[in-house]
Amino acid sequence: MKINTREELIAKQEEYKASLNSQKKQILICAGTGCVAGGSLNIYDKMKEIIEAKGLRCALILEKEPHDESIGLKKSGCHGFCEMGPLLRIEPMGWLYLKVKVEDCEEIIEKSIINDEVVDRLVYKDKTLKSYVKQEDIPFYKQQTRIALEYCGRINAESIAEYIALGGYSAVAKALFDMTPQQIVDEVSEAALRGRGGGGFPAGRKWQQVLDQDVEEKYIVCNGDEGDPGAFMDRSMMEGEPHRVIEGMLIAAIATNAHHGYIYVRAEYPLAVERLQTAIDKAMDKGLLGKDILGSGFDFDLHISQGAGAFVCGEGSALTTSIEGNRGMPRVKPPRTVEHGLFDKPTVLNNVETFCNVPPIILNGAEWYKGYGPENNHGTKAFALTGNVNNTGLIEVPMGTTLREVIFDIGGGVKGGDFKAVQIGGPSGGCLCISATEDHLDMKLDFDSLKKVGAMIGSGGLVVMNDKSCMVEVARFFMNFTQNESCGKCVPCREGTKRMLELLTDITEGRGTMAHIELLEKLSDTVSATALCGLGKTAASPVVSTLKYFRDEYMAHVVDRKCPAGQCKALTTLQIDPELCKGCTKCARMCPVGAISGKVKEPHVIDTAKCIKCGACKDGCNFGAVKEA
Amino acid sequence: MTHQEIAKLDEILQAHDYNSTLLIAIMQEIQKEYHYLPEEALEYISKKLKLSEAKIYGVATFYENFSLEPKGKYVIKICDGTACHVRKSVPILEEFRKILKVSEAKPTTDDMMFTVETVSCLGACGLAPVCTVNDHVHPAMTPEKARELIQTLKEQEKEGEADED
Repeated sequence: MKINTREELIAKQEEYKASLNSQKKQILICAGTGCVAGGSLNIYDKMKEIIEAKGLRCALILEKEPHDESIGLKKSGCHGFCEMGPLLRIEPMGWLYLKVKVEDCEEIIEKSIINDEVVDRLVYKDKTLKSYVKQEDIPFYKQQTRIALEYCGRINAESIAEYIALGGYSAVAKALFDMTPQQIVDEVSEAALRGRGGGGFPAGRKWQQVLDQDVEEKYIVCNGDEGDPGAFMDRSMMEGEPHRVIEGMLIAAIATNAHHGYIYVRAEYPLAVERLQTAIDKAMDKGLLGKDILGSGFDFDLHISQGAGAFVCGEGSALTTSIEGNRGMPRVKPPRTVEHGLFDKPTVLNNVETFCNVPPIILNGAEWYKGYGPENNHGTKAFALTGNVNNTGLIEVPMGTTLREVIFDIGGGVKGGDFKAVQIGGPSGGCLCISATEDHLDMKLDFDSLKKVGAMIGSGGLVVMNDKSCMVEVARFFMNFTQNESCGKCVPCREGTKRMLELLTDITEGRGTMAHIELLEKLSDTVSATALCGLGKTAASPVVSTLKYFRDEYMAHVVDRKCPAGQCKALTTLQIDPELCKGCTKCARMCPVGAISGKVKEPHVIDTAKCIKCGACKDGCNFGAVKEA
Repeated sequence: MTHQEIAKLDEILQAHDYNSTLLIAIMQEIQKEYHYLPEEALEYISKKLKLSEAKIYGVATFYENFSLEPKGKYVIKICDGTACHVRKSVPILEEFRKILKVSEAKPTTDDMMFTVETVSCLGACGLAPVCTVNDHVHPAMTPEKARELIQTLKEQEKEGEADED
């Protein structure tokens, strides 16, 4: 079972590739968290049943079965088009079927597997009803470039053989046998690979600092504690191409001469933990982890450490102390993680996506990588596109792609209203918007461009908001999140976020004054300047950024006592439109406080003094007569 | 604690080599067994791992996922991540609380059947708003679907009881 040398790896690669190519057709069923929730595993079982019932050979595991003329059936990683799940891809044609149900399986096998016909009703259609059979032709995919997510959705996520068949682990072989540690670090530095976890710190510089320390015990840690609400890129990579993550970490280990690694995964991602554990076990079994990897004499062992629900553990020093079994609280820096990291030893700590970018850089070289994205912001970035957007899902685009391309070309436009803003970088980031003074739609999405307007890429969550979203409420939502997740160690964050949340709550509930806004601004300054870690330092970003671009909305709340978007309940007044009211008395009967009066078949009236704004009348009215004034 | 319970705890500790840096993993295993962290169990591992009870209590209370209170048979978690929030998750949470007569302060029903809590982003944003029942994800929730879900779970429970009879 063990692969002992580089030559054996190449031989295995040929063998697996031949097996894969000999499969007559392949069915890739998305088994990411999203599609599994949509029932994709039932589809998998049904497909297996039908294929076998028809007397066809069904190949589930590449290493084990004879493949001539068989039908490959695989659970793949996330295809990205989550809005349309469960998704099913058929190879070698590259067809993509959307919203597949168990009842569709028979027809798919009959038409597309046994014959070469398309099941037209499962194919993507745009607004003009034009059909797109091939996945790559669908507008959602057309503008994407997949480097980090290269294998996600393309292979059986649980199979090491399929990963090897497509060239997996050959970057490790190259790093072990053709390169010195310094050359590996130089390649990564030259590619200007920047950390995908939020900060954008050059990965090569971290690696160099760890390599330069002459210490026996060093660690490689992968940050899979993707806690930003609205982000799921790292989860998809861990679930869909776990070997890519392992390979990236292994190359970092070879480059810095480290022999132990940890992947820290948040507890909310049980499937990612399961797939990574399977992948680690199989890599151990094949001798691609453990002692004497590929006969090179290099040893590396890898463990999974599960989080237990603390956002702050995404911060480097909090993460390492959490792996050690402590409360995950950040410490003062310096010393940096590269010097005093896990178990107080030099540590390379990078994000999942950063590690996923490493193998192709080693294989294809820095020059190739620099072909993507603007100067000093090379490569691609994966984003989770969510919120009020038509095509929610996981995407990857070259750095420097504009917001307009992402939201309108790939995302298919805004849902339920006009575009208002997009929150980028989660609770630490800011918003990009169209407002009275700004238009960020043609803004390039890369580290440096975003920094200029007070936003950041963060880990890559993009939450689109339409004109029915209240920006003060959005700021309050994020402050509530940060306040909940503040670990309590330093005063500015512990007290500052609490006070800011109170101020924002006052404003959204109609108790705000101009003094509230002034105090919010002062506190934002203080907390940003004095908090201990990244979480606290950036806690005020959503407030600062919404105040900058949507000040008039704050003003409307405190001066006019109105919520322009109509979201803040306390600031809305319910009224009955006498033109539309039929006098059916339903609202008067539903009102819990008896605030509505009127005679049968005559327009009713709401007593605003008694009204508690519960909205029962509005929800209950059959004629749409109850309106927010 | 019964002998069986102690044996189970020993088994968990042994699987982790009595390694005190694996405290979080050990407590996760215990919680899997009991659905919460019973005080006696923590006292027991404190002795075995040679860690102070204060340290263990500190870690147990720091992380959101650990609970020192028993939970219901069905733990319903409503995602309140950004994507779910903008797609209106709050009315769903309110609906669950209303039908089950629970609140933030009292999340578990008296019959120990249901616990309702919020959870930070589950990363299933494409299906927002979502909730989970014992880690099984239910996509694109609405207050109506919430009512149906509780109804189904209650019926399942009744059928289960009938089967046992």
